[in-house]
Amino acid sequence: MKISYYPGCTLKTKAKNMDCPGVAALNALGVELVELPRWNCCGAVFSLADDDLLHLLAPVRDLIRVVEQGDNKLVVACSMCYNTLARANLLMRENSEKRHTINTFMEEERDYNGEVEVVHLLSFLRDEIGWEKIRESIKVPLRGLKIAPYYGCTLLRPQSVAIEPPEKRTLFKNLIETMGATVVDFPASTDCCSSYQILSNPDVGIETVSKILESAESWGAEAIVTSCPLCEYNLGKRQEDALRKHDKLKALPTFYFTQLLAIALGLGAEVCNFELNHNGVIRLMESKKFLTAA
Amino acid sequence: MNTTDTTKGESRETTSGKELVSIFVMGKKYEIPKNLTIMKAMEYAGYKYIRGCGCRGGICGACGTVYRKPGDYHIYVGLACQTVVEDGMYLTQLPFFPANRATYNLEAMGSDPEEVYKKYPELFRCVACNACTKVCPMDISVMDYISAIKQGDFEKATELSFDCIQCGLCTVRCMGEMSQYHIAQMVRRITGSKIKPESSHLKTMVDNIKTGRYTRAITDIKSMSEDQLRKVYQAREMEPSEAPEDWKPADNTYL
Repeated sequence: MKISYYPGCTLKTKAKNMDCPGVAALNALGVELVELPRWNCCGAVFSLADDDLLHLLAPVRDLIRVVEQGDNKLVVACSMCYNTLARANLLMRENSEKRHTINTFMEEERDYNGEVEVVHLLSFLRDEIGWEKIRESIKVPLRGLKIAPYYGCTLLRPQSVAIEPPEKRTLFKNLIETMGATVVDFPASTDCCSSYQILSNPDVGIETVSKILESAESWGAEAIVTSCPLCEYNLGKRQEDALRKHDKLKALPTFYFTQLLAIALGLGAEVCNFELNHNGVIRLMESKKFLTAA
Repeated sequence: MNTTDTTKGESRETTSGKELVSIFVMGKKYEIPKNLTIMKAMEYAGYKYIRGCGCRGGICGACGTVYRKPGDYHIYVGLACQTVVEDGMYLTQLPFFPANRATYNLEAMGSDPEEVYKKYPELFRCVACNACTKVCPMDISVMDYISAIKQGDFEKATELSFDCIQCGLCTVRCMGEMSQYHIAQMVRRITGSKIKPESSHLKTMVDNIKTGRYTRAITDIKSMSEDQLRKVYQAREMEPSEAPEDWKPADNTYL
């Protein structure tokens, strides 16, 4: 099976450790993620100003590229790209006035009416491949690994583009169980990671990160899994700052779900770019003997 | 410029019978023989080029020109030396537009996209409005090469931006206020020197120069008088336009 795939700028640069294992894992499951031959930044953040149509141009252009490929479905792995693309898509589908304004402004492009379906990779795994098939393909069950699924904001908010209802979260849970690991649901799973506040207001950011880490640890997690490069940056790459401020916190390795899936499918560390994660990730994988077993 | 006259100039003729069109240079009306390029029309109207003239061959990018047509809200662009005047055209040349250019030591840097992002963080202000692509007189997909740079795909950005003549019109129109063409040049330099494999014939040539193979040729030329130089230049042997691959000049003293 081939499916159009939107990696996003971050997955092509700083978060290759989310993109590469994702492409490899899907390949192992018999799905070719075909990167759009032409795409631009999704816009990163969906503008909340009601009259700000300018920042919709970027995501809408990407959706037009899907139509240009003769396709009507787009798989996105990055939570932020998913959120921005899905919301822009919804607006183009539902708001005829804004749709007209945007289509008229982009006179060099074909008109777009929201024909594409934007799908997050987690939903794709469940709906198009299925947990049963994934379970059958697992070569290195992540047995004994206690993983806390961290959704953050953009997978669940707003409701109109949520990949599942926030109060009935099963996607990460099912994936973690399918890989043979143990789910550690924790209260801060859907808290905000502090997002870009980490740059403009680092003290607030680090406090927020610390609370999330503390919550995950207190429920017995050994690792956190996410699908968002910004969450990974805050919880993972900035974890050192949190540890320095709070003596009681322990280091908690943070993974992308695509990395854990690739390891579980027996693809090994080669496809995971663990060097782009923060410290401790490789050590945890090694101590659990997940790398040698492949 | 926002009061574009929408009435077309009436057709008139010069004394020699050439048909005239009306153009507006920086708002002032001139009657110009039809079929002239903008550059020749400006000279016909009495302008003397000191800057903004360049190669007159459509390749150096010095004569980027912005114009509008009567009854049409679009912005049009062209190179003054290549674009033929149209009746009722409102135009101005933009021979220079301020553009930030980073300084960097190419030899000391690697090929990581971060090198470019640090020098040009404004890159991430792109909102994909596509005004740059629409304005490019070389039909380059400027927005696409900017996207490729943001995606860290320097080889793709190099391919897409290769025909850039650095006229700067994209920079004039950019709402993210970046200087696309300077960013692209940095990317092409990194691609050429650090990503693409080294070309072996270039290395051989540079080695030849370093070991003094052409020193005598240069010394000889430098010692010539202007008259001698002129004579040698005029007598030079040109490679025929359809020369076979193994073509060699009759006089190969310096090769």
